[in-house]
Amino acid sequence: MKWYEWGPVAWARNYLNTHPRVENFFQVTTFPLEAAAKKLIFGCQTCGQCLLHENGMTCPMRCPKTLRNGPCGGVRLNGHCEVYPERWCVWYKAYYRSQTLPLLPKTWREDMFRHHPPVDWRLIGTASLLNELTGRAHGIWPTPPEEKKKAAPQPAAKT
Amino acid sequence: METREPCSNLEKICRSGAFVVTSELGPPKSAESAVIHKKASYLKSVSDAANLTDNQTAIVRMSSIAAAVLCLQDGFEPVIQVTCRDRNRIAIQSDLLGAWSLGVRNVLCLSGDHMRGGNHPQSKPVYDVDSMNLIAMVRGMDTGKFQNGEEIKPAPRFFVGAVENPFAPPYEFRPYRLRKKADAGAQFIQTQMIFNIPRFKEFMKQVVDLGLHERMYILAGVGPIKTAGAARYMRDQVAGMDVPDEIVKRMESAGKGIEDKRAKAEATREEGIKICVEIIQQMREIPGIAGVHIMSIEWEEAVPIIVQRAGLLPRPNPAEIKLPESQVAVAA
Repeated sequence: MKWYEWGPVAWARNYLNTHPRVENFFQVTTFPLEAAAKKLIFGCQTCGQCLLHENGMTCPMRCPKTLRNGPCGGVRLNGHCEVYPERWCVWYKAYYRSQTLPLLPKTWREDMFRHHPPVDWRLIGTASLLNELTGRAHGIWPTPPEEKKKAAPQPAAKT
Repeated sequence: METREPCSNLEKICRSGAFVVTSELGPPKSAESAVIHKKASYLKSVSDAANLTDNQTAIVRMSSIAAAVLCLQDGFEPVIQVTCRDRNRIAIQSDLLGAWSLGVRNVLCLSGDHMRGGNHPQSKPVYDVDSMNLIAMVRGMDTGKFQNGEEIKPAPRFFVGAVENPFAPPYEFRPYRLRKKADAGAQFIQTQMIFNIPRFKEFMKQVVDLGLHERMYILAGVGPIKTAGAARYMRDQVAGMDVPDEIVKRMESAGKGIEDKRAKAEATREEGIKICVEIIQQMREIPGIAGVHIMSIEWEEAVPIIVQRAGLLPRPNPAEIKLPESQVAVAA
């Protein structure tokens, strides 16, 4: 069983997805805390779909091209960025950190070699922790209530 | 490799097993169509297709799709480059639909040079998708689906290419990044300009070990250097290029001792072409290489000389190529 299928977590996700105002309350309260802490430590760009752990605790959104699938072909021979020669290439750091940082689980190290979907720009400026819980960070969006009504088949009238 | 009807002449030549030659055609920094026709006339008979760059180095040029149509008028096979720099996924997909309807069949997917190095550094970087997701998107359109999953009818089917730079660190990761591109659906690969051959051989060894040369056609990128200054500039300034000192020295010593300026330039150019031909000869011996991609930056006249000296003439005629039944039996 995956962690998000666990009873209380599944219940919380379901509750947040069906109560947008409650979710908004948590977004407003969690976002500043999460963003401030991550900004200070990792230079977070608040993309709302965090990949820190899969990239050796290096934020790929710090890349000037905001690449999510590995370094571009312009990395300088000394491992510096093509756009800002004085900076390290984010992906150069990410690769070596993901392979050498202690205490990282093996699956996180292997995530470096996995294909990542493009950024969902609807989530920019939202709390990644909450998006992880509601499933939006993985592209699972609740169906809007209007559409749900349309989709639900009306019970046939008894004759 | 795939078993379906080849969608372009370039794919046909790749599948036939011939040593492929592609070249690069830079659209002009103006609305002058004659430039494209002139450059195409140099490249047409000596290469199988030409890349039409999409505002390379972030300098405004004629659109690659428009230039591709001008190439098609000359009967020359174009490969349009699509970068993620300037357009989001809506614009890219709509451009690709348009390109298909105009007769373009080859696409090369890149991230694109950043605008900071170009002539409009104040513009907004888009980078909505990255190159890996761009490949996946174009291959998705191929199967009849937009990126959001909606159906396209009829679907555009492109021969999709990607690029790889074996000379940029982290070296250990590069073959795996290439595998990611293969998994995303890239069908051919063009590499960065090769000057450092030992490093490239090492990279190709890893690629062959991963079995990627059987899934994609890998075209080695080569190019002639025009002047000694250009060689020095590429070594010191250009990010992602690995030019060994040995090559710079060869370029410098070629023109040494010649008083006449014109004769000196001529001797240096001759040496540049000689180096390029030597590199092509070495590429032909590396296992897993399906062809070469000649990048002659604003020096298209050199390509016929290089191809001829490398012994790659005459080029195969795609109309005469007959693929075995087993290769085209299953439609995609």
